[in-house]
Amino acid sequence: MNKNIILTGVGGQGTVLASKLLAAAAMKKGLRVMSAETIGMAQRGGSVFSHLRIGDEIESPMIAQGEADVILGFEPGETVRMLPYLKKGGLVVVSNRAVMPVTASLAGSDYNAASMLDYLSEQVENLKVIDTDRAIEDLGSAKVMNVLLLGAAVASGVLGITTDEIMDAIKTRLPEKLWELNRRALEYTESLSS
Amino acid sequence: MHKEFLMGNEAIALGALAAGVNLVCGYPGTPSTEVLETVAKRRTEGTYVEWSVNEKCAMEVAAGAAYAGARTLVTMKQVGLNVASDPLMSLEYVGVKGGMVILVADDPGPISSQTEQDTRCFAAFSKLPCFDPSSGEEAYRMVQEAFELSEKYKTPVFLRPTTRVCHGYADVEVKDESEYSEHKAEGFVKDSKRWVIFPKLSYQAHINIEARNESLSKVFSSNELNVLTAGADNMPQEVGIAAGGISYTYVKEAEKKIGQLRTFKVSTPFPFPEEKAVEFLTGLSKVLVFEELDPVIERALIYVAGKYELPVKIYGKLTHHVQNSGENTRDSVLSAMREFVEGKTTEEGTDKTAPPELPVRPPVLCAGCPHRASFYAVKQAMKGKKTIFCGDIGCYTLGNAMPLDMVDTCLCMGAGLGIAQGVFRTEPDTSCFAFVGDSTFFASAIPGVVNAVYNRAEMTLIVLDNSTTAMTGHQPHPGTGQVMMGVKDPATYSDVTSCVDIEQVLKGIGVTVVETVNPLELETAVETVKRVSDKPGVKAIIFRSPCIALKGAVKPGNHVTVDEDTCIGCGKCIREIGCPALYMDQEKKKVCVDTSLCTGCGLCKSLCPVNAIGGAAR
Repeated sequence: MNKNIILTGVGGQGTVLASKLLAAAAMKKGLRVMSAETIGMAQRGGSVFSHLRIGDEIESPMIAQGEADVILGFEPGETVRMLPYLKKGGLVVVSNRAVMPVTASLAGSDYNAASMLDYLSEQVENLKVIDTDRAIEDLGSAKVMNVLLLGAAVASGVLGITTDEIMDAIKTRLPEKLWELNRRALEYTESLSS
Repeated sequence: MHKEFLMGNEAIALGALAAGVNLVCGYPGTPSTEVLETVAKRRTEGTYVEWSVNEKCAMEVAAGAAYAGARTLVTMKQVGLNVASDPLMSLEYVGVKGGMVILVADDPGPISSQTEQDTRCFAAFSKLPCFDPSSGEEAYRMVQEAFELSEKYKTPVFLRPTTRVCHGYADVEVKDESEYSEHKAEGFVKDSKRWVIFPKLSYQAHINIEARNESLSKVFSSNELNVLTAGADNMPQEVGIAAGGISYTYVKEAEKKIGQLRTFKVSTPFPFPEEKAVEFLTGLSKVLVFEELDPVIERALIYVAGKYELPVKIYGKLTHHVQNSGENTRDSVLSAMREFVEGKTTEEGTDKTAPPELPVRPPVLCAGCPHRASFYAVKQAMKGKKTIFCGDIGCYTLGNAMPLDMVDTCLCMGAGLGIAQGVFRTEPDTSCFAFVGDSTFFASAIPGVVNAVYNRAEMTLIVLDNSTTAMTGHQPHPGTGQVMMGVKDPATYSDVTSCVDIEQVLKGIGVTVVETVNPLELETAVETVKRVSDKPGVKAIIFRSPCIALKGAVKPGNHVTVDEDTCIGCGKCIREIGCPALYMDQEKKKVCVDTSLCTGCGLCKSLCPVNAIGGAAR
């Protein structure tokens, strides 16, 4: 059974690390993994995405429209942009914090998270909105938003990967002084619902 | 053997190391850069690696080592091959002794490039064999095979991946270091009849090359990298699909939904595997071809069908059944195949309401980027004057965006200098500026400076020196004094050699005025531009301030603050410099600072008419 995951956001938000952690956890379970990342000019504050595919029946690292089991949205507008990739009944985990593009600032546009989140809640049955500002305050760090979103997706059970398996991947990639913070971020959404 | 989760470029690097590569050189360029960086990280003793000053140098260094019997890999992006084409075109006639693989990464889209040129065509033009991988795993195997082929036929060989192969990740089975081949270079053996190109040598070599390529077409026809797959019994037997590169994986995915057709995967586009193509085409009445960039496979199949009088029609880019520019996608391939086989497109079937208007999000100069300050200083200094600002290739091309709007032209590496001179010759009353980055300066701008000085042009050269090759991910260059040897982690280059000094180079050429300024000291920067640009002849200003993404360039936690009571919400700071760390709170009508982005460069402080922006001690 394949799992298709799309991570989307703005260059610099840490989508690549989240994708790598998931891939490492899946590989450790002996699953086949393929992924594709945005690398290059768009990393300078442009729209970025990762496609991540787990399973034995994959030929291409790219995901087709209507095929994603999960979209991890680091930014509301970018999440709406990638919504055509979500399959029917798929899960969307999205940060409620908008990143204002310079073009919008210049145009005096009123681009905001609310209208994007409204649209998402209309379109997506299985939607989890993360109050990013509150989470950052609770966790005391803005740097773990990627792990926080990942944790919320993992908690849903859709990915077939556990929090402990992600934590193992974190331990192989990040220095020990960051483990505790990342564990709290990973378990953050679960701690809210319990 | 063991498994690793590898980027395609990393797999290529490990494949070269497994083949016992002795020397790797190249010039950074997306999507090729990580190949050389991975070699530097993972190299075994006895592998030499360098970032050369440009692709032409790299091609020559690799050729020289291959003359001496070393196995060599040279890496670049597609437009880099244009720079290296002079040595390349002659090298084919001379040939090599040690295996030489030319890794050129193409960029359909294009995603991070100026052109959608196709290196498969360059392979045919230069008459060199070419491998075209559809995955990192396949590229790992191909690079090893390419070394064997190169040595056997004494010719350089192309490996041409595209962006999705270069930057796609997969779990790849790779050799352990103990399984790597070892290659000992014999050394250079003098033989002027072999290594000195002369018309007579070229004439004889041309005969040999044509004969060799004819036989290589046969060799490739029996190579199992070129795959023929039979169609399923329940599928139309007279319909076939041909594909190469990443598009082949899209075809395999589409077949899961439509059914298995007879397919032909072309992994060696040049010399084209003609016999295998005949086998594929025989019995078919129509074929649809999927490939990115140029219709290379499509044209070759049309040629084969004509030559062997096969009653089959070839469809693809040339017949507008497949888009002729940009990337193919899973969805575009599925829909074109459906239409071709079933006569209908992918069902729409969506009653979703249209999404709210999404903001466009083009790439921008980072918050705190010193290029923003440099462009702003020149803009302020030259306000109201007749000017042209000729840009170049690098992060600073992004200076074209509003509100800076400071790049009037951009063509190719180093071109800004020549363009500025051409405009000056036509409109002598224009104040002509050329902007060039530090890495680009060394790569290809120096002859342009010499040309300006020699021909007595009137122009101002602005060197944007941020002490790195930033756009491609911070590679060192001659001005940094850092090299790739002895370096395990490119983030902390440890070996320091002597630096090539940009000021000394410019003075040596005869540029009359050369001044170096920190662009973040805005007042001094503006004053310098006003004063220097007013002088006659060729003059230069070097704006020197490190890229904010370099280690230690930015003090963590240092950011500006906006005093809400003082801010009048005029938005001048946003309008003037377009820094991504500044935005307007639409409710309060006050400017806010995104502290996660702001580096405290302080450029905005000097713009505020009411001095509301403070903080950020430098």
